[in-house]
Amino acid sequence: MTKSKFPAKLGRRDVFKGAAAAAAALAAPNVAGAQGPVEIEYWQYTFEVRVRAIDQLIERFQRANPNIRVKHQQFPYAQYRTKVASAIPAGEGPDVVQLFYGWVDDYIRANLLRPLEGDAFNPAVIDREFFPLVQAMKREGKYYGVPTAVRSLALMWNKRLFTAAGLNPNEPPRSLDAYVDMAKRMTQRDAQGNLVQAGSAIMPDGQDLGWYREVLVRQFGGQPYSDDARRVMYNSPSGIAAMTWYTDLIKTHRVGDVGFMGEQPAAFRSGRAALCVDGSFRVGAYAAIRGLDFGVAELPVHNNVRSNYASYWVNGISARATGAKLDAAQKFLAFITTPEAMELWLQVVGELPARVSAAMTPANINHPQFGPFIKGLEYSVATRFVQEDPQRQVLMDAIDRIRLQNQPVAASIAQAAAAEQQLLDAFYRA
Amino acid sequence: MTILARPISLGTRQALWAWAFLAVPVVFFVVIRFWPTLHAFYLAFTDWNLVAQPNFIGFANFVRAWNDPVFWVAFANTFLYLALGVPISLLVAFAVAYYLDQVRFLHGFIRALYFLPFLTTAAAMGWVWKWLYQPPPVGIINMILGAVGIAQQPFLRSTSQALPSVLVVAIWAGLGFQIVIFLAGLRAIPETYYEAAKIDGATRWQTLWRITIPLLRPTLIFLVVIGSIGFLRIFDQVFNMTTEGDGGPLNSTKPIVLYIYQSAFRSFQMGYAAAVTVVLFLVMLVITAIQLRLARVK
Repeated sequence: MTKSKFPAKLGRRDVFKGAAAAAAALAAPNVAGAQGPVEIEYWQYTFEVRVRAIDQLIERFQRANPNIRVKHQQFPYAQYRTKVASAIPAGEGPDVVQLFYGWVDDYIRANLLRPLEGDAFNPAVIDREFFPLVQAMKREGKYYGVPTAVRSLALMWNKRLFTAAGLNPNEPPRSLDAYVDMAKRMTQRDAQGNLVQAGSAIMPDGQDLGWYREVLVRQFGGQPYSDDARRVMYNSPSGIAAMTWYTDLIKTHRVGDVGFMGEQPAAFRSGRAALCVDGSFRVGAYAAIRGLDFGVAELPVHNNVRSNYASYWVNGISARATGAKLDAAQKFLAFITTPEAMELWLQVVGELPARVSAAMTPANINHPQFGPFIKGLEYSVATRFVQEDPQRQVLMDAIDRIRLQNQPVAASIAQAAAAEQQLLDAFYRA
Repeated sequence: MTILARPISLGTRQALWAWAFLAVPVVFFVVIRFWPTLHAFYLAFTDWNLVAQPNFIGFANFVRAWNDPVFWVAFANTFLYLALGVPISLLVAFAVAYYLDQVRFLHGFIRALYFLPFLTTAAAMGWVWKWLYQPPPVGIINMILGAVGIAQQPFLRSTSQALPSVLVVAIWAGLGFQIVIFLAGLRAIPETYYEAAKIDGATRWQTLWRITIPLLRPTLIFLVVIGSIGFLRIFDQVFNMTTEGDGGPLNSTKPIVLYIYQSAFRSFQMGYAAAVTVVLFLVMLVITAIQLRLARVK
């Protein structure tokens, strides 16, 4: 009815012609792309030093491979996972992508990651040259991702608070018992009993859960999960003893509390906590704080057991990469996992090389701050998560029940184990 | 062609123009609002996890919600926010507006002060309040309590005090809006009624109950409906004031919207999150329908 208002009438043939022209215009860049340099996309989350490191690596890589261009995309951490998860299935997004190792299972299952092929990713070589924890990325004999860097835990202590309490500032606690003793001596409360200085930072929202699962549980004689990672096993006398030791820091010894001075890691950072367990990625941030004189040591031992929790971000190739892009992606992935790239990553980011030979150099082992983390890598374990976030919540709730509702440790652990087992079952049943 | 030749009546032409102008918002709403809403109804019956293809699984998501204790905790919390939040906020807002209406000195300035929180970003407000609630070396509220000899309160760190602590902030944030609406409502009541009441010798109390409140009825209904919807979808304050935005400690502050958010963007169970969203949608629909029905009764 309104057609008469428009003087220029479009015939059906014209519409088709227009569409064809538009399609040709859209297709054109692809045709040109085949002749010019290959462009691949690399995705990671925004973390200043990581971005800087990758930019430097891309520059070197492009100099060596002039016909490949790498486009570097970053997103804030809070959106990163959603972005990746929605982009790849839609056929958009990265050719090479950085994923937290605990997320990888979902991607492999949905056929969104390619198994790594070629000489650079020979499984036997990776098995031999990388730290054993990287083997969590292997499915049916093939690797689906390799990390540039790994992170482990270490003990950090505030030397000024040691001196103030009359302790030797160069002698950190080597055992869990010494940890408690020293923490008690450095805890201060005001007249009303409020904590003003914590002997120990308590950070279930930080790295403490990794410390509990892979270190404390083992040190008290147990193991957190079955070897095939399908069964929760910390609901055992050792798991309960380990949780008792941890929550006693809050309830019995009263050397610290969750959220003291605000969000983690505020307590240690502001010099109000004497001891803490944290990851290698924190070293750079702490070193930049004026007046924070801290030391780094290997985690305290108990019952002669040493253990450590390691985690990492892996680089994988998305299913979307094919043909020339796949070749370029493989080349780039191989490049960012060379020993040289790892050395650069250590210097710029402060995360530890994932190859044994690159990590265990005399200079690294004797480094006052990175050394203890690197030594810890040798005996570290990476938890096999199926859903990292909900699995974390389960244990955080267990600690809150003990702390806030005085639930007995055994009951709280039993409840947590049942809840986590449900998560594992749901994942493996699917 | 014969159709085109016929002249268009004035009415049709006006309608066409109206539609032409409406086209943009209609397309916008269909694409940005209605289509995703309908899609959420579809997703509610699937096991979509964002990564893999969705599979149709019938009512399994709804059964799961029914059997999930955390869902019921979040549900109960949501109603607690609603049941406490709406009456308290309306009462406070009315009291402030009623007296502010009688104040001439610095009226505009005081009104602006009350309205200020409404303009503030919820995230910024949440974080500031979170710090106010901290224990002594950091938290001002506890320092004041300590100075006057009252015991320290855990506020956000206790399972019993956390929800009211969050609620206070949510009420405070919305107060400015409600006060301004109440003020407008009060001003709209003709002065003649009050003069007549005065001549008849009515007390202040009688004037309030017999004139002011009955005549504020449309304003009240509007604020109850808007307030209820607001408290039913409370999210920002809880997300920003609890550790890692988890609605803790131990789910004690978790509203249903945060539960949906966590299912969707922390566990990536999009299908399940959509199912709970559908439940929340139906609950809101029923509550709003009841409120409007009650409002119609004379």
